[in-house]
Amino acid sequence: MDIPKDKLLWIYERMQLIRVFETRVSTEFGRGKIPGFVHLYAGEEAVAVGICANLTDADYMTSTHRGHGHCVAKGVDVRGMMAELFGKATGICKGKGGSMHIADMDKGMLGANGIVGGGPPLACGSGLTAKTNGTDQVTICFFGDGASEQGTLHESLNLAAIWKLPIIFVAENNGYAESTPAHYHCSVENIADRAAAYNMPGVTIDGNDLFAVYESAHEAVARARAGQGPSLLECKTYRHHGHFEGDAQTYKIAEENEKYRTELDPIKRFKEAVRPRGLVSEDELAEIDERVQAAVDAAVKFAEDSPFPEVQETFTDVYVSY
Amino acid sequence: MAERELNFGEALNEAMRQEMQRDPKVILMGEDVAGGADIDHLEGDEAWGGVLGVTKGLVQEFGRARVIDTPISESGFIGAAVGAAATGLRPIAEMMFVGFMGVCFDQLLNQGAKLRYMFGGKAKVPLVIRTICGGGYRAAAQHSQVLHSLFTHIPGLKTVVPSTPYDAKGLLISAIRDDDLVIFFEDITFGGIKGAVPEEDYTIPFGKADIKRAGDDVTVVAIGKMVHHSLAAATELEKQGKSAEVIDPRTLSPFDEETVLTSVEKTGRLVIADESHPRCNVATDIAAMVADKGFDYLNAPIKMVTAPHTPVPFSPPLEDHYLPNPQKISAAALGLF
Repeated sequence: MDIPKDKLLWIYERMQLIRVFETRVSTEFGRGKIPGFVHLYAGEEAVAVGICANLTDADYMTSTHRGHGHCVAKGVDVRGMMAELFGKATGICKGKGGSMHIADMDKGMLGANGIVGGGPPLACGSGLTAKTNGTDQVTICFFGDGASEQGTLHESLNLAAIWKLPIIFVAENNGYAESTPAHYHCSVENIADRAAAYNMPGVTIDGNDLFAVYESAHEAVARARAGQGPSLLECKTYRHHGHFEGDAQTYKIAEENEKYRTELDPIKRFKEAVRPRGLVSEDELAEIDERVQAAVDAAVKFAEDSPFPEVQETFTDVYVSY
Repeated sequence: MAERELNFGEALNEAMRQEMQRDPKVILMGEDVAGGADIDHLEGDEAWGGVLGVTKGLVQEFGRARVIDTPISESGFIGAAVGAAATGLRPIAEMMFVGFMGVCFDQLLNQGAKLRYMFGGKAKVPLVIRTICGGGYRAAAQHSQVLHSLFTHIPGLKTVVPSTPYDAKGLLISAIRDDDLVIFFEDITFGGIKGAVPEEDYTIPFGKADIKRAGDDVTVVAIGKMVHHSLAAATELEKQGKSAEVIDPRTLSPFDEETVLTSVEKTGRLVIADESHPRCNVATDIAAMVADKGFDYLNAPIKMVTAPHTPVPFSPPLEDHYLPNPQKISAAALGLF
């Protein structure tokens, strides 16, 4: 499938933006600037970006505790994101949600989630809204291999199937649920095999191959928009960081870790795919690298310069009225 | 010789180790309680030993048949623990964070808590669910909750909230030997708390409060982390010429009414410190009990120091504002004079 050049450049910029953002979050977390827990997405960029390259701002997504990459791919402002991680008043959730609850309703981003398996039922909800309203909006439901063992996911797959909801369930199989490997916690080798039980298409793809993700998503999104119901797309990938920052990752296999950080790295593979074909120039990529670095630097400065919320903000946003 | 000191997690670990040594029916299960299941290069070692490392070393001693990593399937493994308990095992199930209880609530509310009653006493559920609770870690709304009040409300569950390493070990051993379903709450900020803990196994009875500090002028009933804040408040109150008695109920269900009433009879004043939200919580429950049974002892209204009726905010200044602290407790106490 040919991807137009402007889309290719957008894809590269978003993948780089995720990588540079997450790398900087790791640094700022280490410096004590970011409190709490952070779960980083670096290494999985081709999944979020390959999927979201098929969406508009009107489409919805539900996310996971590893949600920064989904936000960036959906077009959430990185300044507001970084300020949120710093707990500042200018954060996208006013500093009240933090990394695990980062959300942007204006972009259809229905929240990262601190509960594994918390997202799929919500995705059925936004799918139902779109279906009821008769729009062509789709919902992307990102979940990890860990969440594939939650009852909520199975109930949601069934709901989406019987109601023919416009949802693409995207399993981001990075091999580990926290420190527990998928080959232990999952009854099947491929999560997508479970699609058969719910009477929907299921495919397993190399999630570090941007083009494979884009193409599969393209088909599933078209199917959903056409009212033909949900699909399950399993993207095999790998996280460069631990489950959370501070995880010693003793469960990872050293050679596997090294391989995914080098030859299987999704950004490196994207560049290797586009360069020889002359699809984009070195200058264009370099210009994007510069722009991305500047955007992340500016986001950190914005976050640092922003005030903390006033303490009265503690008591707002609980009810609309009471 | 100085008494041996352990931190909070080490005390819990020792309680589990000794009980697993004593009784082969005691098993441990939960997400990453060992971690790294079926990973060859770990050669039987754990990857994590629990998210805070509380169960470290247990898989090496007892093996993966008794220290069982579960998938992230809270309904499934908590329900399995209930079923295993009803059929002869004595599981300790670790629910990483108390917020995750939301996922498995049916298995607790409608199954585990009710089996014995519904079956006319013909079943028992000797299960302990250990779970992390509490704010102050900047872990935001879903990972910072204090929900002991929710579980104390449910008949058939026992609720335990230790505040010191000594109490943690003794209460956990009691919980494991208890024939009922016990929810055992461990504050996320207690990692650094150290205290004297005997090496031998010992039990602390449920329903027996501990007076952490004796005093004459005001009674402060404090739960979990609030015990430490109340002791700090008591030091401040002492400077103001007021002597506070700090009572740690240790178990909320069952609850030691007598120790609280005896203290209020002496002091005539009551402050209750609870990190719960302010409505329908253990503080309001204790206040109602004292109003009912100790009204004549009171020289002042009962004051409650709680978190507000909002989710836990992420931003540090907001979370600090949200949480009860020693200043709020001492101010509430001084307001009674």
